[in-house]
Amino acid sequence: MASAEAGKAKQVEHLDQVVIRFAGDSGDGMQLTGDRFTSETAVFGNDLATLPDFPAEIRAPAGSLPGVSGFQLHFADHDILTPGDQPNVLVAMNPAALKVNLADLLKGGTIIVNTDAFNERNLQKAGYASNPLEDGALADFHVHEVSLSSMTVEALKEVEGITSREAERSKNFFALGLMSWLYNRPIEGTLGFIETKFARRPEIAEANGRAFRAGWNYGETSEDFAVSYEVAPAKLRPGTYRQVSGNTALSYGLIAASKLSGLPLFLGAYPITPASGVLEELAHLKHFGVRTFQAEDEIAASGAALGAAFGGALGVSTSAGPGVVLKSETVGLAVTLELPLLIVDIQRAGPSTGMPTKPEQADLLMVLFGRNSESPVPVVAASTPAGCFQAAIEAARIAIKYRTPVFLLSDAYLANGSEPWLIPDVADLPDISTTFATEPNDDGGFLPYRRDPETLARPWAIPGTPRLEHRIGGLEKEDETGNVSYDPENHDLMVRLRAAKVAGIAADIPELAVDDPGGADTLVLGWGSTYGAIGAAVRRVRASGRRVAQAHLQYLNPFPRNTGEVVGSYEKVLVPEINLGQLRMLLRAEYLVDAAGYNKVRGRPFRAAELADAISALVDE
Amino acid sequence: MSGGNGTSALTAKDFKSDQEVRWCPGCGDYAILNVIQGFMPELGLERERIVFVSGIGCAARFPYYLQTYGMHSIHGRAPAIATGLAVTRPDLSVWVVTGDGDALSIGGNHLIHALRRNVNLKILLFNNRIYGLTKGQYSPTSQLGMVTKSTPMGSLDYPFNPLSIAIGAEATFVARAIDTDKKGLTEVLEAAARHRGSAFVEILQNCNIYNDGAFDYVREEKQNRIHLRTGERIRFGAEEEKGVVQYADGSLRVVDVEEAGENSLLVHDATQVQASLAFALSRITFETDSAVPLGVFRSIERPVYDDLMGQQLDAAREQSRGGDLAALFHSGDTWKVS
Repeated sequence: MASAEAGKAKQVEHLDQVVIRFAGDSGDGMQLTGDRFTSETAVFGNDLATLPDFPAEIRAPAGSLPGVSGFQLHFADHDILTPGDQPNVLVAMNPAALKVNLADLLKGGTIIVNTDAFNERNLQKAGYASNPLEDGALADFHVHEVSLSSMTVEALKEVEGITSREAERSKNFFALGLMSWLYNRPIEGTLGFIETKFARRPEIAEANGRAFRAGWNYGETSEDFAVSYEVAPAKLRPGTYRQVSGNTALSYGLIAASKLSGLPLFLGAYPITPASGVLEELAHLKHFGVRTFQAEDEIAASGAALGAAFGGALGVSTSAGPGVVLKSETVGLAVTLELPLLIVDIQRAGPSTGMPTKPEQADLLMVLFGRNSESPVPVVAASTPAGCFQAAIEAARIAIKYRTPVFLLSDAYLANGSEPWLIPDVADLPDISTTFATEPNDDGGFLPYRRDPETLARPWAIPGTPRLEHRIGGLEKEDETGNVSYDPENHDLMVRLRAAKVAGIAADIPELAVDDPGGADTLVLGWGSTYGAIGAAVRRVRASGRRVAQAHLQYLNPFPRNTGEVVGSYEKVLVPEINLGQLRMLLRAEYLVDAAGYNKVRGRPFRAAELADAISALVDE
Repeated sequence: MSGGNGTSALTAKDFKSDQEVRWCPGCGDYAILNVIQGFMPELGLERERIVFVSGIGCAARFPYYLQTYGMHSIHGRAPAIATGLAVTRPDLSVWVVTGDGDALSIGGNHLIHALRRNVNLKILLFNNRIYGLTKGQYSPTSQLGMVTKSTPMGSLDYPFNPLSIAIGAEATFVARAIDTDKKGLTEVLEAAARHRGSAFVEILQNCNIYNDGAFDYVREEKQNRIHLRTGERIRFGAEEEKGVVQYADGSLRVVDVEEAGENSLLVHDATQVQASLAFALSRITFETDSAVPLGVFRSIERPVYDDLMGQQLDAAREQSRGGDLAALFHSGDTWKVS
């Protein structure tokens, strides 16, 4: 079994794309299984997109409906934009997993079930009055009944040093082996992964490796599986790729921004779902000079980042909505101090604690307006998992160049979802370096609020610089000198200067690009993680012969300078958002455009099909 | 010192900023400002290496009046902001100026965490037992029953003892001084500046507008001051007639030296790693013993957060020979498309 192809005796059918969903108990290792299958698929060269979907509870009661954890993977021989609306294949490790996910499965799809888990107790916990494997409930599907648990235990009986319970827990690797056979995935990566991951417990490594091989062999020998499938590699842009999740891409973007700016990275963070991954990732990258500070609370996390920025570091604080709301006062201080500060909001469903592991786009108005007084802050939003890399560098660039706090928006879907990333050449990354003030800028000494006439940014004079000693603070400052001032006209001037500085960034960001093959009178305008679903929907609408234009905002404040022109040049504008119409409200207020919304707030990404229906309906109006 | 302001010729005058001081006439803050401006040259540092960070309140205006780097930040958050600055810039001398409301009410969480981490910060808490800037509401150190604008029938809140909190929060340096006691305050500031790690100093400060005379029993009546000196028996009073003894249960009491005998008096030792003695000393108050200990209660060595973080970075760099972006991007499984 040196390679997946070796020894293959059965018929191989070619497919152009597949959507698989792995589902089981929170303790069944479904996220790990999905991750590994994704890695195999990535290395094979398919385009792919993933959607992990798991409960916030670490271990909900075993076999219960709320305890079901799922991982969906869409892979194809062409470029794809979403993790897929509906799976073709469902791997269900127990009755609850079947019950929760069956409605999503395409009619005629394939189900692989672990029959060992379909006992009376588990059926009862899942709310099944009778066994769906026996009562005809699955008649519309192609069902493979596999005794995953017992075959795993049987395969591992010669492994010494593990309990039968531990043996049974290797069943996810049996399932992974079987799926790897079924879709002709390369398996060397997973075998290597098992060796490394369980190096400290060689008996567990051996068990998982054996279970994985046993699953693969089962596919090869069982008569239940007559055919295996192949999805050819996708023709992506040439280059070297790796699989990357949004949180990893964002972490790498922050590291890159630190290198490209020459500023040491300081991350202040407090553990919160789904942002903790960035703190954990960066804590492992201290060799880049990253200081990670797990603070006592969200307030201190951003405060420490701002303190570090005062000292000349790239100060960053990462969180999700319920944490970002606590950072508002720090952001307000950073607005008036005019120091660079990057606040990352990895949005999740709310309000309040909401649904911690589920995505939403409803923090847009908070980051724009959730502070006292006139407090303008630039906002950058990532639209794909891999795009989090570039978005992080861009947000840092703006913060550094304009001496301002910047919000970077991601969400739970981008954070945990993954896709192939065309690894950039480091030499091609932008120079975002800056200079600190070193000399007095006036005959009378140093004026900390004397601005650059082009950017309106003030000098960044860091402690340790002789002759530039100065005091800054939250009290209103006199123009140029930065001295405390309660003068009415000065306050009006400073309010306008801060606003003009942020508005002026529009001249320094790309125009909004519109994808319009011609003749469209309808524009679909989105922002953030809906990019993939909108793109897939637009393809379908065009395939149906309709004309539609698409644009996606990466900058929410300021808007790209041609935004008004773009939205004004279409008769109909549709703004799909996973909120109740926040961008739509801004567009209507800013550009007096009668934009329509498509809004669903379910804690899950849009399906391409529903968006295609909404777009088609508007085009046909 | 090349290229800097230099330190040899610095005097108190060099640390006065050009801003007009705007505290109420007669405020204890003036005395503290004078002492600190006079003390700053003794740090032996260039002005540009010194940073004062404050929160909100009367005391928090302090940085505006010092010709150093400074930040007047947000209510209660100064220890957190200063932590970010201190850990990224170990070359700086970072001072936090705070008040009883700022440090113990809205910022209580940040204070205790800065102390337990032992970040290299010098935290000066100006305690006047009242909210001054908001014009006279009770603070977390106001006495039980105190009548203020927001407690017309008397305060129901049992007050905090700032030093007990600091010691409970694992502070490695804890001291107390009085605003008008130039010698005592200077001594404490010197010891705090020498200390590596978090130094916590409570300064009893008179608010002559909203809580005048709050500390007269020790500010004016010097016989009630207990000066703590490591290695010396704890004695005080106009004629040194009183002293402190330790009971079997660990608690401390003020006694008459003649009655108790000099040999029974407790010998102060701020360097005791065990916090029990320092804590017991912090429980001697005017209310319990009609006297107030001053000076350094506790001064122990413990690894400093900033140093530990720097060491981790150095170790990681050594292991991985610095950070290579391309190597990071290509870590894990990669594949080529041609």
